[in-house]
Amino acid sequence: MSGFAAWAAMGGYAVFVWPAYGVALVVLGGIAVQSWLRYRASRRELGRLQADDR
Amino acid sequence: MLSRFANPARFMRLSGAVLPFLAGSTIIVLAVGLYLALAVAPPDYQQGESVRIMFVHVPAAWMALLVYLVMAVASLVALVWRHPLAEIAAQAAAPLGAAFTLVCLVTGSLWGRPMWGTWWAWDARMTSVLVLFFLYLGYIALVNAFDDMSRGARAGSVLALVGVVNLPIIKFSVDWWNTLHQAESVFRAGGPTIDSSMLWPLLVMAVGYLLLFKTLLLVRMRTALNERKARALMLAAPRRRAAPPPRATPVLR
Repeated sequence: MSGFAAWAAMGGYAVFVWPAYGVALVVLGGIAVQSWLRYRASRRELGRLQADDR
Repeated sequence: MLSRFANPARFMRLSGAVLPFLAGSTIIVLAVGLYLALAVAPPDYQQGESVRIMFVHVPAAWMALLVYLVMAVASLVALVWRHPLAEIAAQAAAPLGAAFTLVCLVTGSLWGRPMWGTWWAWDARMTSVLVLFFLYLGYIALVNAFDDMSRGARAGSVLALVGVVNLPIIKFSVDWWNTLHQAESVFRAGGPTIDSSMLWPLLVMAVGYLLLFKTLLLVRMRTALNERKARALMLAAPRRRAAPPPRATPVLR
């Protein structure tokens, strides 16, 4: 087994290790993206309303 | 410290200035942490490579508790001093705490299967962390359950404070009861019992998680303030009501 394949196999625990990292990435990355998109939308909306005011 | 952030306008200015640095350091520290966790840290002599799950599981558990503490303190400040930013901070923290708790539960399950032979056990540690997860969800649901935003916020604050009793139960569950979950090996009297080759990657990941929380807390608080301001502008000029109003309470979604 090559170095990379051996590493990816995680000593036989690949089916537990990679899903664990995957879940952490999806959940934490997901809430990061969601937070950012909503932040951007809120800025755009506020900018639109303030432009209307002038 | 708190008084420097006392008014929302100053908060927006200061948080806007630190946000790029917080976000940048979050990405760098998490990248280094993942490299240490997946490539540098050695396999455990008993657990083999499965021990690498620790580096995403344990910091998530720490954050699950810490974020709840932040939420509870903010709720107390909101209830006692009626500080407008405290309420916003508590509501911004809740979905983040729920996310860390979910990561903790799922990665723990994925670690438990190969090491204990079971995905789940109703032992004191796991059950109390599951209760913590439901406290976060309950808080979010309660805050959003009222048409009157301030009533929802107050009800949520009371729930957050009552839920604090769960924190020492989680922390000491592994000492008070005979749990399947192992006892504390980092924050214990007499120093950590974990080898430094694993402790360092663990601490770097923990700092990364903490930075991620701080970054997203600021982002979510700024979002809430923007949305409140937009709402106020909209109410001040009724002719603009044709545009869809933003959601009342800035929690999740």
